[in-house]
Amino acid sequence: MSSSQGPATTTAGFDSPGEDQLLPQLVAHLREHRARLRHEWSERIQQAGLLHAMTPQEMAAETTSVYDNYVEVLETGSVEALQRYARDLSERIIPRGVETHEVVGIVLLLRDVLARSLFEKYQRDFGLLNRVLDAYEPAANRIANTVAVSFVEERERVIRQQQDALRELSTPVLPVRERLLILPIIGVLDSERARQLTEQLLTGIRTHRARVVVVDITGVPEVDESVANHLVQTVDASRLMGASVIITGLSPKIAQTLVTIGVDLSKMDTIGDLQGGLEEAERLLGYTTSRDDGTGGP
Amino acid sequence: MTGPRLVSILRQGPYLIASIHTALDDSQMTAFQHDLVDRIGRDRARGVVIDVAALDVLDSFATRTLRTIGEVARLRGAVTVVVGIQPEVAFTMVALGMDTGSLHTALDLEEGLALLDRAVGPRRPVTALRGGAA
Repeated sequence: MSSSQGPATTTAGFDSPGEDQLLPQLVAHLREHRARLRHEWSERIQQAGLLHAMTPQEMAAETTSVYDNYVEVLETGSVEALQRYARDLSERIIPRGVETHEVVGIVLLLRDVLARSLFEKYQRDFGLLNRVLDAYEPAANRIANTVAVSFVEERERVIRQQQDALRELSTPVLPVRERLLILPIIGVLDSERARQLTEQLLTGIRTHRARVVVVDITGVPEVDESVANHLVQTVDASRLMGASVIITGLSPKIAQTLVTIGVDLSKMDTIGDLQGGLEEAERLLGYTTSRDDGTGGP
Repeated sequence: MTGPRLVSILRQGPYLIASIHTALDDSQMTAFQHDLVDRIGRDRARGVVIDVAALDVLDSFATRTLRTIGEVARLRGAVTVVVGIQPEVAFTMVALGMDTGSLHTALDLEEGLALLDRAVGPRRPVTALRGGAA
């Protein structure tokens, strides 16, 4: 390309604004054309098919706040308020199923809409346009970054919260008799949950001074090899702490999986159902149960 | 052993109770093994409880030594039970694939003594029988 326009930093005349004047001028421009630019942006969002989880009214309200926040960050250079707003917004829209790509998408659209308007305004003076963009682009990128990070952080926080809630719910340790614990496990056992199970089982043995533990996995749809091995290790570790573990409720599918993948189950004590497991546990502990219906009795 | 006691071996009826108070290095562990095996013969012990509740790690050497003690003790007529293995220790041992062999384990001292009672008969030394008790 030989038709060069010369260096971007053309000598600034007296009528040309100084570097510190560029941003305020830019901000004034964006404030002045707020309604038009915001409208343009909303249309681009609709065209891109983003944010259909929101009603038009909500969209209008949110786009206005985002726009104002955006301009404010350009003006002040401080992203703290924006961060707060973005986190707050994320909290509201995450439960509605708004995705990360949508949030990033709308912020990038706004960046583009505003950049276009700058092109339009400064098209006569290429050197000035370059300097305006020099000031605008880093700030705009920082905003996009901040919003995306805030959104993802908020989402991770929600996920963590839910994981904690699940963890607390997932593996209750129930003392049924002195020295006898039951752990009913419902739902998919992944390695993380298997690890928690081990932890709760082993500490449960210590706090309840359990000698027998019945782990009922009737509610577990399937296990993979690593989880199966983890279960075997848990049984071994329990034995080291002086407790026997009885596994009950192995579904036909899980039983077949375990045999097929060749997990060493010789040391595992398994019984068909929870009832049988409890009876065996009581036998191990020396309990005898009898029904008081007049026919039986000690 | 000089200095503060790392291990104490106490006699309780027909049983010996060995408590490890602090982490032992390999040579201390070996010394412990010799002391304990010695005492089994001298005290004619029928059972041994080894309490490791104070340890927050049991390495492979310690595990192997405990297993050896168990086997040697059996040859000398005593049943060995290791008690007080902490949850984290237990899981680490299993995860690292340490083989405890035929070693008996129990939750704590009380459980360990109960296990010995079941394994070798109730705690009734011969002298007590002569005295006419129970």
